[in-house]
Amino acid sequence: MADTANIDTAETAEGISTKDFDKRAGSEHSESGTREVPIASLQSRESSPPPLPARPRQLSRPDRSPFGSYSRPSSAGGPRLASRATTAVSRADIQTKSYGDERPGGHLLPGSRGVSRQQSFSNLGRFVSNSKSDGGDSASIRSYIPTLEASGDVESLLGEVLSDYASPAWKKLDACALEQAGYFHDVTYEVDVLNDIFEREFDELEPSRPDGSNEEALMAQFRSKLKHFLILSSAGKPIYSRHGDDQLVTNYIGVVQTIISFYQGAKDGLKGFTAGDVRFVIMSKGPLNLVAISQLGESDAQLRAQLEALYMQILSTLTLPNMERMFSNRPSIDLRRPLQGTETLLSALADGFTRGSPSSLLSALECLRLRKTHRQVINNSMLKVRSQNLLYGLIVAGGKLVSVIRPKKHSLHPGDLELIFNMLFEAEGIKAGGGENWIPICLPGFNNTGFLYMYVSFLSATQPNHEVVERPSSRDEREEEIAILFISPNKEGFFELRQMKDDLVEQLQENGGMQSIRSAVVKGRPSCVDIAPGTVARHFLYKSKGNVQFAMPSYEPNFNTTLSRRRLLSLYHILHASVHVKNAHLKVQHCISRDSISLAWITPMFELFCVADPSASRNALAQAANKIIQWIRREEERVFIIGGAVF
Amino acid sequence: MANTAGAGNQPKPSSSVKLVLLGEAAVGKSSLVLRFVNNDFQENKEPTIGAAFLTQKCNLPNRTIKFEIWDTAGQERFASLAPMYYRNAQSALVVYDLTKPSSLTKAKHWVAELQRQASPGIVIALVGNKLDLTNPSSSTGDATSAISGEEDGAEGTGNVEEGDEADARKISTAEAKAYAEEESLLFFETSAKTGANVSEVFTAIANAIPETSLRGARGAASDAATQAALGGRRGDDSRVNLTGPRAEVGAKEGCAC
Repeated sequence: MADTANIDTAETAEGISTKDFDKRAGSEHSESGTREVPIASLQSRESSPPPLPARPRQLSRPDRSPFGSYSRPSSAGGPRLASRATTAVSRADIQTKSYGDERPGGHLLPGSRGVSRQQSFSNLGRFVSNSKSDGGDSASIRSYIPTLEASGDVESLLGEVLSDYASPAWKKLDACALEQAGYFHDVTYEVDVLNDIFEREFDELEPSRPDGSNEEALMAQFRSKLKHFLILSSAGKPIYSRHGDDQLVTNYIGVVQTIISFYQGAKDGLKGFTAGDVRFVIMSKGPLNLVAISQLGESDAQLRAQLEALYMQILSTLTLPNMERMFSNRPSIDLRRPLQGTETLLSALADGFTRGSPSSLLSALECLRLRKTHRQVINNSMLKVRSQNLLYGLIVAGGKLVSVIRPKKHSLHPGDLELIFNMLFEAEGIKAGGGENWIPICLPGFNNTGFLYMYVSFLSATQPNHEVVERPSSRDEREEEIAILFISPNKEGFFELRQMKDDLVEQLQENGGMQSIRSAVVKGRPSCVDIAPGTVARHFLYKSKGNVQFAMPSYEPNFNTTLSRRRLLSLYHILHASVHVKNAHLKVQHCISRDSISLAWITPMFELFCVADPSASRNALAQAANKIIQWIRREEERVFIIGGAVF
Repeated sequence: MANTAGAGNQPKPSSSVKLVLLGEAAVGKSSLVLRFVNNDFQENKEPTIGAAFLTQKCNLPNRTIKFEIWDTAGQERFASLAPMYYRNAQSALVVYDLTKPSSLTKAKHWVAELQRQASPGIVIALVGNKLDLTNPSSSTGDATSAISGEEDGAEGTGNVEEGDEADARKISTAEAKAYAEEESLLFFETSAKTGANVSEVFTAIANAIPETSLRGARGAASDAATQAALGGRRGDDSRVNLTGPRAEVGAKEGCAC
């Protein structure tokens, strides 16, 4: 109760109406888990929690809260119950209100909404968590769990977590789906509404009609998108927008450009700002300004990394000197023309970020799990048939690296590989075209000044006959396609590399390499239970820092929908952000919410992020983490490519 | 080799023909190839990046032609790479979108470039694609295409805003045909979407390739020819196998219409 009172003060101090408050209380009821800290402090250490006007709503808040440690069992349950009682009643109408009211209000227009609360995710990057996980209190936390579950107001587990982290979009999503089953407990549920909203995120807007008759509808659609990316030139010309056509985005481009140049004029470049529920992050790169607009709650650093990837994609099309020359010749140049045809690549990248990608979160690659001896056979075959002008040779199956050969003095930049994988496996252009491809590409991580040439050929992994050279006819075999990539600085090297591919395929057929790749592809990722029988862990990400590679178990059976995966990934984003704050010296961080418990564990060797049911104890999760580490140690040479084959 | 060619009782002579597709972005080059090679069509196909290399056999009554097809990307920035693909080509498909006037202009540029720079005997076919978007009656109409405004090239084939019955044709058959005759090009209007005229284009090209230029490239010797072509490709010496076609210019012109 003290909790709500507290909110009340805070909110009215901001001049928010009662209705707004109701709405807030409803949608925030889940945050009560985080709000207890001030109360706890009220009861104990601090005299009174100041009614901070912009109190972030996130679970990690307790950790960075100056008031006390989150791991206070006495505080964990009480306020939670209190807020539950107060809000559960009004939820039904609240959700309609918040959904109906907010949508047309538009999230992109600052000031258009009555509520403008400071975004918390922006803070994620700025606060140091000062509470290490000092276990031992799991029992008391757990003791509240049955109560919570019995209360009947069940929400999606990770959805709760996410609203804890103050991602307004998720809150909105949650608000539409009251009747959800517990996330981990009933994994088969499919909340159509939720999925719809998230799935619609990727729908294209129809083109604006010349007479403007559909403008309003388009605007509503445009604003309902959870995430936008805009790229414009420093002269203010639009270059790329994930959603909406020119007519629609022109105004926004103008506004964004004005804001950016205002600060640039003051020699104090704008890095980011928050408007309502939306976080804007801006990155200026030479003649380009890139803007990420997100309601999904990523940290600034993470959004910046996403913008960086889009920028790399542009460079990979144009090369840096080319682009700079274009702009120095004509600062008002319309870059869309030279970039024509790559919108799909940019959009594929952008959608990957919206969907959530462990690879881009960790800036690491995933490898196909393969026995060490098998990998050696494949490596050696590739080395054996290596042609004169080869720079890199790669075999990739379903977006996972199988084998790579490279010159001793050059390593591969993960950012470059991300671009290549995006081009091959996310965008349909190459796969769908059939045949073999010869692609000029600049790999900015390798050298941003010139082009390399990439030979690409897809083989089917599923048909173990000898027709591997032919392309599979079906288009939804993404997971089961093997791509052979050879990268060469020689523009005329196609037939040379084509010959090399034929030789390689023949070799692999003979020595069983192809067979081992195929069976590994078909087997897929192991599940958590395969890795550690009886584990409480539902999913994890393990990044080997030295190898710049990561490993993870299959999403199934716990995360079957795009939405559930996005939620999981959002949780990882939050964990990742909190341990990667500039001044963080965290080694281990536990996050406990009503819906999941999670663990981030950082050492000089690896990063581990691990998620479990909320009913699991902290100790059990720690044990699970240890099991995972043991498994990785045992399997290191299978799940990672160590060193790779060099020539 | 002989799986599709095995119609005749004795193996027919078979030879390789290099073919390059050129044309503005989004006119349907890849869709034409996809229709020819896989007899398939994809709505809203994403743009080609760089170039794709495909092969397909074409059966003629007395021989089999194995097309080695370079399907190039139409975007401006790839234009500088085009010579690499048409250098040794014996045939070229220059494609335009018959709903888009600017694409014919671009096609004319390609024809001029090919006539200037490619092998002298190269067989060029001018192909107006997206016939499915037109009204059959309009193809007979005379130069109705005075539309000058350039539409913005939406990627993917055939997304014209008018309904199904509406005629999106902007370039009349007569206009394009007159140009093709003037330049001695094969001429077709096709639809990759419905498949109309697609195989006819390739068959006509196969027929137009002078038999003498294929000599030495039959049966087991075709590998050697590939090697020779390969050498030419590497060594920048484009004269290697050009003597045949050059001698046959007249013959080619004979079948062009």
